[in-house]
Amino acid sequence: MKVLVPVKRVIDYNVKARVKADQTGVDLANVKMSMNPFCEIAVEEAVRQKEKGVATEVVAVSIGPAQAQETLRTALAMGADRAILIQTDQDPEPLAVAKLLAAIIGEESPDVVIMGKQAIDGDNNATGQMLAALLDWPQATFANSVELSAGNAKVGREVDGGIQTIDVTLPAIITADLRLNEPRYASLPNILKAKKKPLDMKEAASLGVDTAPRLKVVKVTEPPKRGGGIKVENAADLVTNLKTAGVL
Amino acid sequence: MAVLVIADHDNASLKDSTHKTVTAALALSSDVDILVAGSGAKAVAEAAGKIAGVRKVLLAESDALGQGLAEAVTAVVVPLMSGYDAVLTPATSQGKNFSPRIAAKLDVAQISEIVEVVDASTFVRPIYAGNALETVQSSDAKKVITVRATAFKAAGEGGSASVESTGAGDGAPKTKFVDQQLVKSARPELAGAKIVVSGGRAMGSAEEFQRVIDPLADKLGAAIGASRAAVDAGYAPNDYQVGQTGKVVAPELYVAIGISGAIQHLAGMKDSKIIVAINKDADAPIFQVADFGLVSDYKTAVPELMDALAAAGK
Ligand SMILES: Cc1cc2nc3c(=O)[nH]c(=O)nc-3n(C[C@H](O)[C@H](O)[C@H](O)COP(=O)(O)OP(=O)(O)OC[C@H]3O[C@@H](n4cnc5c(N)ncnc54)[C@H](O)[C@@H]3O)c2cc1C
Ligand SMILES: Nc1ncnc2c1ncn2[C@@H]1O[C@H](COP(=O)(O)O)[C@@H](O)[C@H]1O
Repeated sequence: MKVLVPVKRVIDYNVKARVKADQTGVDLANVKMSMNPFCEIAVEEAVRQKEKGVATEVVAVSIGPAQAQETLRTALAMGADRAILIQTDQDPEPLAVAKLLAAIIGEESPDVVIMGKQAIDGDNNATGQMLAALLDWPQATFANSVELSAGNAKVGREVDGGIQTIDVTLPAIITADLRLNEPRYASLPNILKAKKKPLDMKEAASLGVDTAPRLKVVKVTEPPKRGGGIKVENAADLVTNLKTAGVL
Repeated sequence: MAVLVIADHDNASLKDSTHKTVTAALALSSDVDILVAGSGAKAVAEAAGKIAGVRKVLLAESDALGQGLAEAVTAVVVPLMSGYDAVLTPATSQGKNFSPRIAAKLDVAQISEIVEVVDASTFVRPIYAGNALETVQSSDAKKVITVRATAFKAAGEGGSASVESTGAGDGAPKTKFVDQQLVKSARPELAGAKIVVSGGRAMGSAEEFQRVIDPLADKLGAAIGASRAAVDAGYAPNDYQVGQTGKVVAPELYVAIGISGAIQHLAGMKDSKIIVAINKDADAPIFQVADFGLVSDYKTAVPELMDALAAAGK
């Protein structure tokens, strides 16, 4: 079984994003970038499926600038077999990403795609569902458990109120939620080995897909700051303050 | 211009996030219809018809719709969209599941989790865990939007829209529903609660979480939330998670106990009216957003708070 894992290079989750003074976006110059945490979980899941003998090949794909090669090397160091970078200097919207991925899927014919539920920069939570729609494949989003077998996948999904379990026919799209697994750290020998694994590069434009943005960013602003609070002495003091504030 | 709102419900009752999404829809157009896709959901459709400002309610029913399967909901909505210019869905786990699928079938962008309608094609949405607000203008013929319900007031009651049946689509032929394990609780629902009490990693165990958080929540009539760390460790069920990738809440009062205040947690609660933090570390980042901070061990602070509330007649 062949597994395709789309991974995105994003601002590191420990870094607080700062809005640029000219309101055109978020300042990413000299900011630490990493693999999107949900994509790490997706890679981990794919690699575990390979270790279990269910998957036979894990292919990581990223759409982004040349630096996204580092993100792909991380995926390779975690255990992916090979990688594809679809190079572009724009930050394509989820619909464009889904179309580019659909084009790659046309070439690669994976049995299943495991990807993140959300990229922590745009917070869209859309690409997996869109890709499933474009391919007319079933989708199993927000996965918290995955059992893959020939022809189908049983997926436990995090939903409001608890867990829903569904069974989807392969090929299918699975998007990973936080509690699917705990991603491994790549070991030094594996990081070195990853340097020799194949990484193909393609220009996004060569895939013949319409990636024109549908949304124009008018401006990016800072959210309103909360007014300064106070420290209270004790619980009684807290209750008095809450009464005054009218919330009790 | 006509707008379709997809109702949030559990087949038995209509959720308040629907009322809030109607408010967002009415900012786009006065022609707002509601789709109730479910099974055995007639009462939900009737409740939707009572929301003020709603023109009519469409009811689509099948097993797959009742199970909320994305493929089934998409198959109902996409053909309906020939009659609408926009479709708005509350950004619940359900809505987030099917709405992007609808957008891609229509070959349009999804505008995720809007918090403000500037005009019929311009919207504000948080990005980077709420550390930035992006204003976007859509050039698509049809707008597919999810709505962060906490950012909008609920539309009132008093409508008398009729309910019409509509086609149930072709279901979800490649997806089989296996089962659903839902946590039943007599407490208010987290997403719409007026008061939320949340516990963090400091609780140390599920038993301690319940021992400390439950009675305080009961006393305040509050819903219960948790940090990711508490959920990951199994102290609280997963749908208690408040944050960037969990639930977004904006109650009148949010009480964070033993939660450090990571950006991902703040993203889910910093729009609460009053924030209280109880943490033994005076430098915990949660105090930067707290209106009232109590630097104390929760083991002494919470019992004292229970007593002080009792003394105040709570
Ligand atoms: C992709 C991604 C998504 C995430 N999404 C979310 C999300 O949606 N929601 C979320 O919450 N987190 C999320 N996180 C995790 C987040 O980064 C933090 O790790 C998490 O919020 C920490 O939880 P905590 O505050 O309970 O634990 P800690 O950070 O460990 O804080 C525990 C706090 O308890 C205090 N404490 C300890 N003992 C006591 C005591 N006896 N009395 C009083 N105080 C005490 C400590 O001083 C400390 O401040 C996400 C992370 C990633 C990478
Ligand atoms: N530029 C990209 N390259 C590769 N995968 C991506 C890209 N953008 C999004 N994805 C995938 O889609 C998931 C959801 O992203 P989003 O819909 O943007 O929140 C991510 O976790 C990735 O798996």
